[in-house]
Amino acid sequence: MTDTGFLAARLRRGDMTIKEKLWQMSWSLVLWLCIIAVIGFFMLYSAANASLDPWTTRQAARFGLGLVLLLTITMIDIRLVMRYAYVIYAAVFALLIFVEVRGVIGGGAQRWIDLGPINLQPSELMKVALVLALARYFHSVSLEDAGRPVFLIIPLTMVALPAVMILRQPDLGTAMMVVMGAAVLFFMAGVRLWKFVAVGISGLAAIPIVWPLLESYQQNRILTFLNPERDPLGAGYHILQSKIALGSGGLFGKGFLQGTQSHLNFLPEQQTDFIFTMLAEELGLVGGVTLIALYSIVLIYGFAIAIRCRHQFGRLVAIGVTTTFFLYVFINVAMVMGLIPVVGVPLPLISYGGTALLTIMLCMGLLMSVYVHRDVQIGVRGGYDDG
Amino acid sequence: MIINRDSDRTRVFNRRAAVLGGSQALLISALVGRMYYLQVIESDRYRMLAEENRINLRLLPPPRGRILDRFGEPLAVNRQNFRVLLVSEQTQDVSQTLDALGEVIELSEYDRERVQKEVRRRRSFVPVTVRENLNWEEMARIQVNAPDLPGVVVDEGLTRFYPQTQTAAHVLGYVSSVDEDDLTGDPLLQLPGFRIGKAGMERQFDLALRGSGGTSQVEVNALGRVIRELEREEGESGTDLMLTLDERLQRHAAERLGAESASAVVLDVHTGEVLVMASTPSFDPNAFNRGLSQREWNALSGDPRAPMTNKAIQGQYSPGSTFKMVVALAALEQGAISPEQTVFCRGHTDLGSRRFHCWEDRGHGAMDMVQAIAQSCDVYFYEVARRVGVDRIADMAHRLGLGEVLNVGLSGQRAGLIPTEAWKRATLNESWQQGETFVVGIGQGYVLTTPLQLAVMSARLATGLKVEPVLTRQIMMGGAVVQRPPQAFEPLGVDPNHIAVARRGMFEVLNGPRGTARASKLRGDGVQMSGKTGTTQVRLITMAEREAGLPDGDEIPWNERTHALFVAYAPEENPRYALSVVVEHGGGGASVAAPIARDIMTEVLRLDPSRKPRIDEDQIAIAKPGAPA
Repeated sequence: MTDTGFLAARLRRGDMTIKEKLWQMSWSLVLWLCIIAVIGFFMLYSAANASLDPWTTRQAARFGLGLVLLLTITMIDIRLVMRYAYVIYAAVFALLIFVEVRGVIGGGAQRWIDLGPINLQPSELMKVALVLALARYFHSVSLEDAGRPVFLIIPLTMVALPAVMILRQPDLGTAMMVVMGAAVLFFMAGVRLWKFVAVGISGLAAIPIVWPLLESYQQNRILTFLNPERDPLGAGYHILQSKIALGSGGLFGKGFLQGTQSHLNFLPEQQTDFIFTMLAEELGLVGGVTLIALYSIVLIYGFAIAIRCRHQFGRLVAIGVTTTFFLYVFINVAMVMGLIPVVGVPLPLISYGGTALLTIMLCMGLLMSVYVHRDVQIGVRGGYDDG
Repeated sequence: MIINRDSDRTRVFNRRAAVLGGSQALLISALVGRMYYLQVIESDRYRMLAEENRINLRLLPPPRGRILDRFGEPLAVNRQNFRVLLVSEQTQDVSQTLDALGEVIELSEYDRERVQKEVRRRRSFVPVTVRENLNWEEMARIQVNAPDLPGVVVDEGLTRFYPQTQTAAHVLGYVSSVDEDDLTGDPLLQLPGFRIGKAGMERQFDLALRGSGGTSQVEVNALGRVIRELEREEGESGTDLMLTLDERLQRHAAERLGAESASAVVLDVHTGEVLVMASTPSFDPNAFNRGLSQREWNALSGDPRAPMTNKAIQGQYSPGSTFKMVVALAALEQGAISPEQTVFCRGHTDLGSRRFHCWEDRGHGAMDMVQAIAQSCDVYFYEVARRVGVDRIADMAHRLGLGEVLNVGLSGQRAGLIPTEAWKRATLNESWQQGETFVVGIGQGYVLTTPLQLAVMSARLATGLKVEPVLTRQIMMGGAVVQRPPQAFEPLGVDPNHIAVARRGMFEVLNGPRGTARASKLRGDGVQMSGKTGTTQVRLITMAEREAGLPDGDEIPWNERTHALFVAYAPEENPRYALSVVVEHGGGGASVAAPIARDIMTEVLRLDPSRKPRIDEDQIAIAKPGAPA
C-alpha cells in the first residue's frame, strides 16, 4: 500500500524511472495494436497473391520500428512535449513549405522527403504537430477565454496555414483530416457550438469560391462520388469495383486468398487504400466488422485515457490523436464503400506504406505518454510545478 | 482558483468527450450498416457482377465438315495451319526477336512492320500473328531455335484446304471471311478469322458444314488476361457432306478439257447422280480462303474465259444439232412424219425469198429419220420442224429436261431458253416467223441450254425415264443433313418405239458408216456409245462470206468461232452413263467435242463407278474431322 502511495506521489511529480514508466504503460493497448497489424500482414500477403514479397516483410519491419518509436515517445515526459509543442509545429510547417518550394522549383508534385526506408510526408506529421500546438494553446487558455472570438484568431491561423499549404499540394484527403481533427480539438476545448455552426455555414458559402480553385481531378472525384454512374469506366470504376468486391464477399467472404476482384486486379491499389475492400471480400461482413471492432477498442482506450488524464494538455492530446486515428479509419472505410469521395487515406496499421504507419505509431506513442503521465501536474504555461 | 477553473474545464471536457464518443460510435455504426447493406442485402447483385467481371465466355469454333466424293475421297478438308505468334511481354526487344526469327524463317518487311504496329496497339500479353501457313520444316526450325526466340509461340488452328485445288472448284465453291451481310446472329460468325461458305456446296450446305460452336468459360483479370479455364463445352463439328462426284473422273475430265473454255457433265442414268461436273478454266478455292489480292481478283473476273463461272450450270448455249432428237421425237409423237418417210436434201431449202442451208453444201440426198440424225442433216429438220411447229418442239424439249432449272443444289443455275410463239409475243411483242421455226429445228436461234440439261436430255433418251440430276448423297431436312432417299423416276410419257428411233440415230452417229462422229466411236471390247454432235454458230454468217468460202478455223478470232457440243450415253444396249461436252468456240462438234466425250466415256466405263459399292455412313464417320487421328 505504501508502495502505491509512494508511486502516486511520484506519478504526480512525474519523476518516474524508465522501469516504472514501462510498468505504468498500457501493454494491453499495445497488444491490440499488434493484433491489428498482424491482420494487416496477412492481408498484404494475400494482396501479393500469397507472397511475403514485396509488402508483408517490409511492413512487418516497419511496424517493428514503429513499436520502438512508440516506446521511445512513451518514455518522453509529456511536459517536455508540451514545452516544445510550438517548436515542433513550426518545424513541421517549415518542412511543409520546403517540399512545396522544392516542388515548385523541381517542377514535380513530390510531397515527401526521402529518408531512405521511409518517405516522410510533412503533411502527415502536421496532423500530429497541429494537435500538439492546439492542445498547448487551449491548455493555457481558460474556459471563459476559450469562449471569446478574439482568442480563436491564433488557433484558427494555426489550422488555416498548414491546411492551405496541404490543399495546394493538392491533397484533399489530408487537408480534410487536418481541418476535421482541429475542429474536434476546438470543440473539446469548449468553443461554443454556435461558432461551429457559423463556420460551417460560411464554409458552405465558400464552396462557389473554392470550387474553381480545386484541381480538375479533385472536382471529378467529387462529381463522380455524387454520381458514380457518371463515368463507369473512369473515376467511378474504382468505387464500383470496390463495392462489387465488398458486396460479393457476403457474410463470410470468399475465403482468405480467394478474393476474385482483388486477385484479378479489378481493385485499384489493393495493398494500400483499398485493402479494406480486399479484407471484406475475402473475410466477409464478419471479417470487416471484426476489424472495425478492433479499431473501436483502440478508440475506447483513447477516450478512456483522455478522460482519465488530469491535465488539459494531455486530455486534448489524447482526444486529438484518437480523433486522428478515428478519421483514418472512418474516411478510408467510408471511401471504399462509396460513402464519401475517393480521397486517398490509408487504413491505419493495415495499409502498406511507411508515412501513415509512422504517423499512427507517433499518435499511439503520444497517447501512451499521456497515459503514463496522466497524473503529472502542469501549470498554465507548461511548467513542471506551476501551481 | 486555478483548480476551480480546471474542474470546470474537466466537466466541459468530459461532457463533450461523451458527445464526441457518441458521434464517433454513430459514424462507426453507419459504416457497419453500410457494410451490412452491401454484403448482406445487396450481396447477390454484387456477387453476380463479380462473376460477370471475372468470367468471360469464349466461343470455340467447331471443325468444319468435310466434303467428300462418292467414295469418301476428300475434296474439302481442314488442314492444320501452323502460325507463329509473338507475345511482346515475353521478349525484351521486339525488333531483336523479329530479327532472330527472320534468320530462321522468311519474314517480309511488310510482315515486320505490321507486327511492330500491332504490338504497339495491343496489350502486351495479346499474341500477335507474325506469319501463317508455315510448313513443317519452318516449324521445326523455329522449335530448334526456340531458346533464341523469346516470346515466339507456335500455334495451330484449322484452315479449309482443297487438296484437289482446281478440279472441282465450281461444285465445291469456297469459304471466305464473313461479311456484314452474312451476319445472322450466330455468334460464331463474329469470331475473328471465321470462314463461311461463299459459293458452291460450301455455301449451299454452309449451316450443316459449319456445326455449332462450343464454349469455354475462362477467368480473366481486369486487363482481360486469361487466368484459367473454368468450364468447357465442346461444340459439334460440322457434318461431312458427300457428293455424287467421282474425284478420279472429275479430275480426268478436267484434265481432258485442258486449256479449253469448256465443260463436261457425266450422269448415272439410273440414279441421276452427277459423276462429273467439270468447268474449265477453273480457279483455286484455297486462294479465296487465304484472301485474294486485288490483282488476283481482277485477273479472275476479267478473264474472257470466265474461270469463276460454272459453265455446266451457268453457261447457256444453243444446243445446235444435239437438239435434233427433240425435234424428231416431237414429230414422231405428233405423227407429223414416220421414221421411214424421207426428205430430200439438196443442201438447202427455201422459205419465200430466204434460203436455209444444210451444213453439207452438196446435200445429203434422201434422208430418213435415223440417217438425218446420224448425218445431222439440217434440211430434214427444217422440214420436220415446219411440220411440227415450234410449240410442240418446245413441249418435247421441256419433257427432256431443257428450258428449266434442274436443281442440283447449286446457286446461280440457269434455265436456258426454249422459245414458243407465246414467249416471243410476250417478250419481244412480235409474232412468230416460220423461218424461226426452221432455225429452232436445228437447235439454234433463240434456243439456249446448259450442259447439265443436255446431259439430262441424253440420260432421259437413254432410259425413257424422267431422270433428275442430283449432286449430293445427302439432303437438308429440317436443318439436319440426312441421307437422300433413293428416287424412282417417272416414265417420260414418250412412246418407247419413238425413242428407239432417236436412239438408233444416235447410235449411227458414232457407229454408222456415215455418222458424223464415227471417228470417235469407242474402241475395243464391243461396248458401244451413242451420241450426237452439235456445232453452233455464235454469229450470223452473211451471204457474202458464204460465197467467198468459209474461212478455216484458225483464221477466225477465238470468240467468233463455233461452239462444239456432244451428248452421249453408253453402253448402247443397257445405258448406264450419259454425258455432255461443250467446248466454247472450240470448232466442230465432231472434230473437237466428240473425241473429248469419247475419252471421258472410256474412262467412265473403265472405272465404272456406279457398279462399285458405295461406302456407308458409318464408314464416313470413321474419318470424321472431330475424331482424333
